[in-house]
Order: sequence, then C-alpha cells, then structure tokens
Amino acid sequence: MPVGLLGIEKLERAEIEAILDRAREFQTPKRLDSLRGKLVVNLFYEASTRTRTSFEIAAKRLGADSVSITASGSSVSKGESLVDTLNTLAAMRPSAIVMRHSASGAPHFLARHLDTPIINAGDGTHEHPTQALLDARTILDRRDSLEGLRVAIIGDIAHSRVARSNIYLLAKFGVDLVVCGPASLVPAELSRMAKGVTISYDIREAIRDADVIMMLRVQLERQHEAAFPAGEYFQFYGLRLEHLELAKPDVLVMHPGPINRGREISSEVADSQRSVILNQVENGVAVRMAVLERILAC
Amino acid sequence: MQRLLIKNGRVIDPATRTDLTGDVLIEDGRIAQVGAGLEAAGAERFDATGLVVAPGFIDMHVHLREPGFEHAETIETGSRAAAAGGFTSICSMPNTNPVNDNATVTSYIVERARRLAVVNVFPIGAITRNSKGEDLAAIGSMKQAGVVAISDDGHPVMNARVMRRAMEFAHAFGLPVIDHCEDLNLSAGGDMHEGFESVRLGLRGIPAASEDVMVARDILLAELTGARFHVAHISSRNAVRMVEYAKSRGLPVSCEATPHHFALSDEMMVPYDSNYKMKPPLRAGRDAQAVREAIAAGTVDAIASDHAPHPGSEKMQEFERCPFGIIGLETELAVALQMLVHSGLIGLPKLVSLFTTGPASILGLDRGTLAPGSAADVTIFDPERPWTYDVNRSYSKSRNSPWDGVTFRGGPVATIVGGAVVWRAEGS
Repeated sequence: MPVGLLGIEKLERAEIEAILDRAREFQTPKRLDSLRGKLVVNLFYEASTRTRTSFEIAAKRLGADSVSITASGSSVSKGESLVDTLNTLAAMRPSAIVMRHSASGAPHFLARHLDTPIINAGDGTHEHPTQALLDARTILDRRDSLEGLRVAIIGDIAHSRVARSNIYLLAKFGVDLVVCGPASLVPAELSRMAKGVTISYDIREAIRDADVIMMLRVQLERQHEAAFPAGEYFQFYGLRLEHLELAKPDVLVMHPGPINRGREISSEVADSQRSVILNQVENGVAVRMAVLERILAC
Repeated sequence: MQRLLIKNGRVIDPATRTDLTGDVLIEDGRIAQVGAGLEAAGAERFDATGLVVAPGFIDMHVHLREPGFEHAETIETGSRAAAAGGFTSICSMPNTNPVNDNATVTSYIVERARRLAVVNVFPIGAITRNSKGEDLAAIGSMKQAGVVAISDDGHPVMNARVMRRAMEFAHAFGLPVIDHCEDLNLSAGGDMHEGFESVRLGLRGIPAASEDVMVARDILLAELTGARFHVAHISSRNAVRMVEYAKSRGLPVSCEATPHHFALSDEMMVPYDSNYKMKPPLRAGRDAQAVREAIAAGTVDAIASDHAPHPGSEKMQEFERCPFGIIGLETELAVALQMLVHSGLIGLPKLVSLFTTGPASILGLDRGTLAPGSAADVTIFDPERPWTYDVNRSYSKSRNSPWDGVTFRGGPVATIVGGAVVWRAEGS
C-alpha cells in the first residue's frame, strides 16, 4: 500500500515530530518548487472551505499543480460509485489524492484498492489527521512541550473526527486529556482509546487547571436524533467567559471551526485574548505543506 | 433398481444414536441399510475410508434472492452453493420481491426449486404482508403450499400485539415463528456492534441491547401463546442467557448460531471492509465466546449460515452505504469444524446434530436421519483435509465473504440428495 496519511492512530511519534518541526519552517510564507511536476487532486465529497483552501495553497507554495473537485456538479452527483470515481482520477496519475468524505473509513477503503497515496482530509466521524497536526503546532507555538499539559476537549466527541485525531496525537505525547460533553455524545469507551484519557460530564470539572480547551462544533447534521434536551446544550456545555477563570491563567482556547457563536462558545470567548482560533487556521497551510512534502518529495 | 453403497466411513447419525465404522446402502432414493460389512451386488460404490458419513445437512437460514433479486443469487445458484457446502436441504427466507407472503409466491418458489435446485428447498413464509409488520400474511395457505416456518427476517415485527397474533395463528397451524430479533429504534442508523471498536472506527453502533430486548419480548410472547419460537442468528451473551432460561422453564424456544457470530468478533474486522458488515453485527469477543459456550452446553439447537448474497457493485462501497450480509454456505462446515471440533469444544456427533436433528426437529422435517426408509440425503465430509477457500470459484453469484483465501482443516467431500450425488469435491 502506498504511504499516504490516513490517520494519526498508527503514526509514530517521531514522524509527528518531524512534520511539526518542518511545519515551523513553513510558517513564514515562502514559495518553493520542491514538488514541481507533481499533481495533487483535492477530492471533496463534503463542503469545506478552510481545509480545501489550505491544501490548495500548500500545494501551490511547494510548486505542485493542484486540482480541486467537489462532489456536487461532478460525476459523483450523477451516481458514479466511489471506486469508479477514484479509478478515473487515478488514471490521470496524480501524485496524491487529498480526500474529504462524509463516510468514516472511505479513504481507508480506497487505499486498499488504489496505488495512489491518499491523504485523509477528514472522514466522517473517524479522523482528521491534518487538523490534529495543526492543533499541535498551534499549541507548540506557545508552549515548549506537549508533555504534561492538561487538555480538555469539549462537545460532541462521539461524532467528532477532530476529537479522535487529537486524542491519538496528544496521548502519544503524554498529555493529560479530559473529554467532556453530554453523556449521549461521550461514550464511555473513549477512555480506552488511548492512555491518559478521562471522561467528565461537567464542563467546570473538565476545564479546571486546563492548559488548553478545545471546543468542538456541535454537529447537528450528524445527530440523527435529539441526543440532549432541546435548548440545554449551551447552558451546560457552552464555553463562557466565567469558565475561563477555572483554567490556567494562560489557557489557550481552540476550535476547529466553523464556530457557532452562542451554541458551543460565546462570542466573548471566541474573540478573547485567550482564543487562538485564527492561529489554527494560519498553521493549516504550514502543516499541510509539511505533510505534502513528506509524502510527495522523493 | 438404483443402488449406491457408501463403504467404510465413520457413520454418524444422531437421530438413531449411530456412530460406527461401516457402510450405508441406498436403494431407489431411500436409505436401505446401515451397518458394517454390507455388500450389494451391482451397486455403485463410494469409498468413504477416513471420511464421515452423516445424514444430509440442513441450513435453516438462507437467502436465495429469487424472485426479484436474481442479480445477487437464484434458487439454482444458491442450491449449488449449498451442495458444495455439504447441505442437502436449505430453507429460503421470504425477503424476496415480491415477498413470500402468500401461497402464490410460495408455490412459485417450490416449483422453481423442483425444476432447478440440486438440493431440497423449504420456503419460509413472511409473518406479515410485505413484511411490513402490520397485517398478518396468508399464513394458513402458505403452510398448505409448503412453508415450514414464518419469519419477517430482516424486517422484524416491531408491534408486540401483531407478533402475539402471529404466534397464536402460527401455533394453531404447527408452524414455528422465527424472529430476527432487533429493536429497530435502538439499532437505527448503526453499521456495526456498538462498543470500543465502533467508537474507535467512528462508525455508528448497533447495541447488543437491540437484540436482547426483542429476544426477551418474544420469549414472553411464546409463553403467552404457546407458540414455538426460534431465535435466528443469536449473537449476544444476554440473548443466549435468556434462551437458556426459557429452555430451563420448558418453553418451546430454540435458537441458531451462524459461523461468523461464533468465529469472529468486532475487533477481528478488517476496518471498513464490507465483508464484515452483517446483522446482527459481529459482536464483542466475549459475546462470540458466549455463543460458542452455548453451543457446547446445548442451548444452541442449530448452525445456520444466514447466507446473504449481494453483488460486488453493492458491497464495494463506503462501509456505511453497503448492505448487510455475507455469503456462507460453502464455508459453514469448515468454520464449524475449526472453531468447535478441532478446538475441542464439541465432538463430531454433536456437530452433526447441529446440522441435522437440530434444525429438523425445530421445523418438523422428516429429514436429518439415516434411519432405513428415510430419504437418502447424505453428507460426506473429511474432518481433516486441508483446503483453501477461493471465493472467485464460488457457486454463489455473489462474492461477499470474509473467508476468501482462508485455509481450513476439514470440509465437505460429497453431497447426496435423494440417492444422487449432486456435488463432489475436486480430487475426491
């Protein structure tokens, strides 16, 4: 199987460190031509602005050609199967396919049938590896090390690919992790996913002494039933200014975006000095450059 | 007179408590004699030295897809796969198109099977019209046309009152009620067993409780109505315990287990490979172990495949989009030998009973025995011969099997239906 990037779960710590180190060098915008002649296809079965754009920019800055295809308006909407679409694209001999899909495991399924490296840009409710990498880069821009930090991840953990990738990544670096949200969205099995993961259903307990608070988008589109009483989400699990006093004074507030102001995070917090949400977006390009380079430069 | 003499096998017939090294003589499609040192001048001979000679195996849970889904399987191709798996009789589930919910469809299946099938086909009728769970199907006339049980397999009757009425009616006609036990509200949207693996893979879960609550409901309704109730493809440890409890109380409750549910569990899945997607889903390791223990303890009455063919175009998709089910007729005996007999859990006579007297007594079939005078359905298998399953050479029209490329110890050698050899292993 060609080496792409399907998830963080199986990635070695050293590999993650190498990507994060290289990403730091890409933080000052520069144009290179190390990937001249390479073709990156961005295949997005799900709408995405920031992820797709940052992959496009990352490819361009490295001198690669990139083509973006979104599901609506392409052969996908005409009923072509995933395998057929990917075979068609593979016949155009791209160097890598960056793929976003609403079904968990869609890139893993394809990786078994294609020779082209696949970079997972988010698969259903499974993993979003480049998001976890850029989150780690964002933390490391402000902390010397991940080791020993206390990180609270709050929201719909069950349906979050961002949470899974972050849990895998942070646990590899000895982070003290607490996941928190309504019980119906925080399955007990999460504590077995990696070392150092604990569960809380109380946001105050979760963010006490936290170095980092990662808020997740409440994904109403992924909940197929009412998983909590209507109207109670923000009251019990929304992050408000008063909560920040419980955390470390220099706590970092993160969010993968797009944010729902007033649903999982108050505007005051999102726009506060503690928020590094826009830094996360900025690091998206640098991290994706490091990932593309690692997979394609040879 | 047509005569076939099977020589020097280990003849195991649980129905007559026979286990001897000897011969079986078949005359004109009937078992004539079983014993050591039989001779029959002019009879065709089958050397069964080193092989087991058993009553023809019965698989009471098969989807033949005809009428309606002939691109996935037909009565003919499914019956050939059955023969290659050592089965002489199979029961066909009613979720065809049209649904087998009336005597016309039943008669169609019976007639097609008579002309094209190489093994006996016993249809199972629907419980409700169109398996919609509302009005009862034409249960009485389907019985007259040949169904041996009723089931809304895959579309379980959610309304307990409807199930109660179905059990009452079926009981009066001597028909067992088979339920695919799944509370559709609890399982809605799920793609695999709910547990650590579903959380890890980001796939929506089907909790074991969705099976358990329906097993409990149906056991209580069986007690209320007196009907014979059979749990299809039992997969959870709680469900197993409830069947055990029902049996200890003397209720007419039985259950079957599939090879995949007692051999595989969720952590053994190849992630996102649709050949591991079925209902009930592969459960946790301790559930599979509970099913194996229940087989050893006698709580499980039959092994059945839930052979569910789907063409590659439907299975080669994103995991959450592809249909549930795998084929299983050709690998069933081999998996059972491997997991139950070679592991030391049960002996060969017990294994044979799970394929013969078990299903025959649930369904009231006059099959599954080598008693003189009975139909000459015989399964001959080699408990030791190593072989490798190549799904691309399957007799089934579909290829959805998790066992492709697996090398087994032991498998079928010959299948005899009504005295005629309908399948023989290559090189045997």
